[in-house]
Amino acid sequence: MSAPAPDAISRQPFRTNWGGRFAMLAVVLYTIYAASHLGFSWDRFVSGLGQGGTFLARMFPPSFERWELLRDGMIESLQIAILASFFGVLLSLPIGLLAARNLMPVWVTWPARLLIALCRSFHPIIIAILFVKAVGFGALAGVLALIVGSIGFVGKLFAEAIEEISLKQVEAVRATGASFFGVLIMAVQPQVLPRFIGFATYQLDSNLRNSTMVGIVGGGGIGATLFTAYQRFDFDFVLTILIVTIAMIMVAEVLSGWIRKTFQ
Amino acid sequence: MTAVTPTGSGHDARSLVIRNLVKEYRRGTPVLRGINLAIPGRGLTAIIGPSGTGKSTLIRCINRLVEPTSGEILFMGKDLARLRGGDLRAARRRIGMVFQEYNLVERLTVMENLLSGRLGYVPVWRAWLRKFPQKDIDRAFELLDAVGLGSFATQRADALSGGQRQRVGIARAIMQEPDLILADEPTSSLDPKTSVEIMEILTKLAGERDIPVIVNIHDVELARRFAQRIIGMTEGQVVYDGPPDGLTDDHLRTIYGGENWLNERSGT
Repeated sequence: MSAPAPDAISRQPFRTNWGGRFAMLAVVLYTIYAASHLGFSWDRFVSGLGQGGTFLARMFPPSFERWELLRDGMIESLQIAILASFFGVLLSLPIGLLAARNLMPVWVTWPARLLIALCRSFHPIIIAILFVKAVGFGALAGVLALIVGSIGFVGKLFAEAIEEISLKQVEAVRATGASFFGVLIMAVQPQVLPRFIGFATYQLDSNLRNSTMVGIVGGGGIGATLFTAYQRFDFDFVLTILIVTIAMIMVAEVLSGWIRKTFQ
Repeated sequence: MTAVTPTGSGHDARSLVIRNLVKEYRRGTPVLRGINLAIPGRGLTAIIGPSGTGKSTLIRCINRLVEPTSGEILFMGKDLARLRGGDLRAARRRIGMVFQEYNLVERLTVMENLLSGRLGYVPVWRAWLRKFPQKDIDRAFELLDAVGLGSFATQRADALSGGQRQRVGIARAIMQEPDLILADEPTSSLDPKTSVEIMEILTKLAGERDIPVIVNIHDVELARRFAQRIIGMTEGQVVYDGPPDGLTDDHLRTIYGGENWLNERSGT
């Protein structure tokens, strides 16, 4: 057939991504610089390993002596997680809707998105510290902190799920003369409900993990017990708390996976 | 200018008058360039024309899924182009619409899709709890039987074939007890045999209830076969308006441009 074009060898199938290469090099260089700056050294790591070993040895066998303390803490953590998830998801529904750019005008989505961004911008622990200062020690501070965190996370996901719906179905229901809320329940809700349930159960998982932590800063739950056990060098009790926490989170994973499946 | 006042009862009441309708999606590039039409209050009117000529825009201006830039759309004694809020919704609930891609709510059942045609009449809480009036439910079952889907009430819409979905789409439009049905390319996503079946169902159900139908359709043969009146559009303007018999190859050349496609067709 015809001879290859004269410039066939010089033609490049892909464009060289200089920006990407440069960024990669910059990341590697900065990692080396940061590690040297913070004084990491091999010796330090090796001696750390030894101490870690003795720490682990002191954890065994796990102690169930103070099981009442453990039980009360876990129940409180569970309550914090469930309450925070419930109210967090409930508040996220309207906020997520207001933030959806395909259904709402710009002057509504903009403040809603700002609110979500604010809720997202801090780690739950930092928000918990604020709420402990505001409403005092205890579970209330923890619940409020996790509600804020949930809105930041679930609200954003809700908004994105609503933005991905098929507007053809919305158009059809709107054409029947349905009101805005009629469109919401018959055209929007059926399209987003399975994903909403998925997000809500993920948030419950996440809140369970976080609820074991807010106690460290005074937000109630097992976290306080765990922190005290560390400080008193009761490492066997620490191990017990960790085991029970892991068990609880695994049970929650299984349960939420099951919920998601039934609502597909 | 003669004032069109849809007085009295009967078919005249359901006639549609469009005056100087202009739609510009972008300023300076009109899609509809001053449409003037008077569509009778009964029978099936087909709008034919090439893709991108504004047929869809025209039909969507009537129920205001698209906002007209200027002009009047007179129907049932109101200018649809000026309605807002509750008045617009009240007008929409008397105008059924059938879509090219069916636009059923995929995750809802066939019955729920039909009942969504009642959303303009039923309070939202009733729809939310699925407590629709028994009268509406009975009518929905009747219509399902009429379109041959009597046993599909509890099936989800996404389990249906294209032809079945469009039957549900038609039944949903009829559920609205409309004074007018708009159909935007209702057969374009279907095979030729199903297309004919769908047009037969649409004309039958609308005809039995004496509801006027306006159909966008690019298939000239289907238009000739089912319409009592044909409107030919090209580049945002009406270039033919008359009975199917009067539509000649010359008209088709004006509407669609070129002529090779006409020769090939007559050659087969």
